[in-house]
Amino acid sequence: MRLEPIATPSVARLVGLPAAAIGATLAVGAGLVLAAGGAPLAVFGLIIEGAAGSRFALLETLNRATPLIFTGLAVAVAFRARLWNIGAEAQLYLGALAAVVLGTGALAGWPAAALTVVLAAAAMAAGALALLFPALLKTRLGVDEVVTTLLLNFVVLLFVSMLLEGPLKDPRAMGWPQSARLLPEARLPRIVEGLRLHWGFALALIAAVLVWLVQTRTTFGYEMRAVGLNSRAAAYAGIPVGRVIAKTALLSGGLAALAGYSEVAGLRGNLTLALSPGFGYTGIIVAMLALLNPLGVVAAAIFVAGIFVGADSMSRAAGVPSYIADILLATALLAMVLALMFTRFRLSRG
Amino acid sequence: MTAPAGGAREVLRLQGITRRFGPVLANDGIDLVLREGEIVALLGENGAGKTTLMNILFGHYAADAGTVSVCGRPLPPGRPGAALAAGVGMVHQHFTLADNLTVAENIVLGTRPLWRPGLGLAQASVRISALARDFGLAVEPTARVGSLTVGERQRVEILKALFRDARILILDEPTAVLTPQESEALFATLKRMVARGLSIIFISHKLKEVLAVADRVVVLRQGRVVGEAQAAGTDRGRLAELMVGAAIREARVAPAAAAGAELLRLEGVATAPAGAAPGLRGVDLVLQAGTITAIAGVSGNGQAALAALVAGLVLPTAGRLLVDGTVPARWAPRAALAAGIGRIPEDRHREGAIADFDLVENAILERYSVLTRAGLLSWKGARDWAARIIAAYDVRTPSADLPIRLLSGGNMQKLILGRVLEAGPRIILANQPTRGLDVGATAFVHGRLVAARDAGAAVLLISEDLDEALGLADRVHVMARGRLSPGFGRGQASAADLGLWMSGEAFAEEAHAA
Repeated sequence: MRLEPIATPSVARLVGLPAAAIGATLAVGAGLVLAAGGAPLAVFGLIIEGAAGSRFALLETLNRATPLIFTGLAVAVAFRARLWNIGAEAQLYLGALAAVVLGTGALAGWPAAALTVVLAAAAMAAGALALLFPALLKTRLGVDEVVTTLLLNFVVLLFVSMLLEGPLKDPRAMGWPQSARLLPEARLPRIVEGLRLHWGFALALIAAVLVWLVQTRTTFGYEMRAVGLNSRAAAYAGIPVGRVIAKTALLSGGLAALAGYSEVAGLRGNLTLALSPGFGYTGIIVAMLALLNPLGVVAAAIFVAGIFVGADSMSRAAGVPSYIADILLATALLAMVLALMFTRFRLSRG
Repeated sequence: MTAPAGGAREVLRLQGITRRFGPVLANDGIDLVLREGEIVALLGENGAGKTTLMNILFGHYAADAGTVSVCGRPLPPGRPGAALAAGVGMVHQHFTLADNLTVAENIVLGTRPLWRPGLGLAQASVRISALARDFGLAVEPTARVGSLTVGERQRVEILKALFRDARILILDEPTAVLTPQESEALFATLKRMVARGLSIIFISHKLKEVLAVADRVVVLRQGRVVGEAQAAGTDRGRLAELMVGAAIREARVAPAAAAGAELLRLEGVATAPAGAAPGLRGVDLVLQAGTITAIAGVSGNGQAALAALVAGLVLPTAGRLLVDGTVPARWAPRAALAAGIGRIPEDRHREGAIADFDLVENAILERYSVLTRAGLLSWKGARDWAARIIAAYDVRTPSADLPIRLLSGGNMQKLILGRVLEAGPRIILANQPTRGLDVGATAFVHGRLVAARDAGAAVLLISEDLDEALGLADRVHVMARGRLSPGFGRGQASAADLGLWMSGEAFAEEAHAA
């Protein structure tokens, strides 16, 4: 058995295989729903309704998609250059940390616009530096960045935890490990007054378009892709591979950090260890589903967020555990990756 | 030895072999018969379908149509073990030996069932020595493969096949890694083997040696058998014509008008060894404007180190590299490009091109900074540049937007050649520029290099094809074990003279004389 490339895949393959992947995901989900004592069709209906059935549901989905767009972009950018950034979670928390360090009173009296720019920039810088370090270890010493970025997640989480129990602890929080709240003028306002959707979502869309422009229009994007596809040929041609990887790390870390900034400034107002239910890791799923395309990341993030939000709401109505969302996503990812591979390859026995 | 009679027993028959890869018909109804005691040369350009055909014979691919039979018994398609079990052995161009094992261990590897304890090395060694003696394949069974020369390793590969009782041996471009003297020894071995009733398929694109060794020549072009002839009844011109489908004049390269200014000089340069390949040792070399300087020699003797040095990838550990008489302040690929050095890398797949980039993106790999304004890449400028190269260098492609991996080796090389030459380099490093190319593409590359020389460039041609080095160069050096021989002008050295330098013997004599 071997894989053979298909030069020009047929339309049936291009449409049929992804459809089959969705079918397989639903079939696996249906089996589990049955096992949990629910009715599959009703449960799927409730998930869709919970995700997009009302204006409130839809806005909630977009809210949840916001950090996933940022972390998805961060992963997509890094993976494009074959920099395996598994540390978006750490970069997210460091971005949030920078926002609360500067935004809870240190810059009191600054105008709102200036605060917003400074906080976002500080968050990006924190996340960027957090990834620059593993990237330099990779290019200078050949240390595997999968290991360093993954382990840094735990280091950063414990560091944030220490700060929340210590110097950053809000004295008015009655003992809870949480930071003080951002100044009101440091918050990201809502796009429409009275609805929960905040400007972080708009920022995420802008970021996606900018990243897409960087990748397709700029010299840096070209270098990044060249390094990712064949770093040896890139080096031969004189592309400064180490510098390109370092710049990619700065961009990727900065994007992941914006997820933390936008969650703090747009949604929660303060920093706790519950800020991210694994947005950094889910960003990898989002980026893979989007085939590392920055614009695809937006769609994939909304899809993934919808399943989470819908499953939460379904769980309350149907009594089926919301963990079904994790399984649906995992199955969807595996099935989709396989399906996309088989649009380009076929199995042959010779 | 005389050609076997037409009535000799048929040992291998490929019938109507057809294999399609997407739109490409790699093999189109190929018939090939091999008789007992016969050497058949399979001649064809790269991409003619030789490798596909052998992969089908060995079961690596299943044919879309057609059958393979050994001694009248059909082989099941797509089963890699079947041909081996039926007594067909293959010596690949790239050896498949474990460097850290001995010769005997390598040969025995995979021949004993897993449940049998021990390797039976003692018995095996006796048999290996006997086979080696019979066929003139001198090699020590207890030697570690890592310490052997390339020629010796090839003998191990042949012994491996003989040890497995192969009756049919297939050799894929076996002389590519040998000195002329080693090639002669190989041919003698092959003649001995067929005299004992073995049969051989000899894959090559070198016309001269095909005529020297084969009884019968089968020519493939574009997946089809386009001609077949007894070696005794044909000549190089006719075979070349069959191979490319048109008459090719063997170009006579006019000598350089006059050597110009000195552009690049190496003085006593040494470099660090890279893996198994030696680094340079005390290399002196001068490149002058308007000349072609060739570095002949068997690959793996330091050519890679020399190429990497000139390309800007490595720095000398001793000695000096001078461009225009001065030591450059910085030495890196970009510095080399800025100094006017155009570089054609040895491995176009891994170093010369990015397989998944399209032709446009590949064409601007060394030029994109020129096409950048305020961080933005001018895709229009890039497309114009690529279109210019595609037109001027006859790159055959349906579109410039295709990933370059879909192009044939020759067309890929033409794009790289165009990318280098259109930039107007003063010094051109051409490392094995025609390896794997067909006759037509080779002539094209040669023509362009000579034209660049005539326009005043200094060309450094690194080639393991002695005919190419002697035919093209105004000055030839030989590289062996990291050292460089003195230069020989046109007509000053024969292939046999250079062979002595290639084997390293002449270096020793030089040391004694000094």
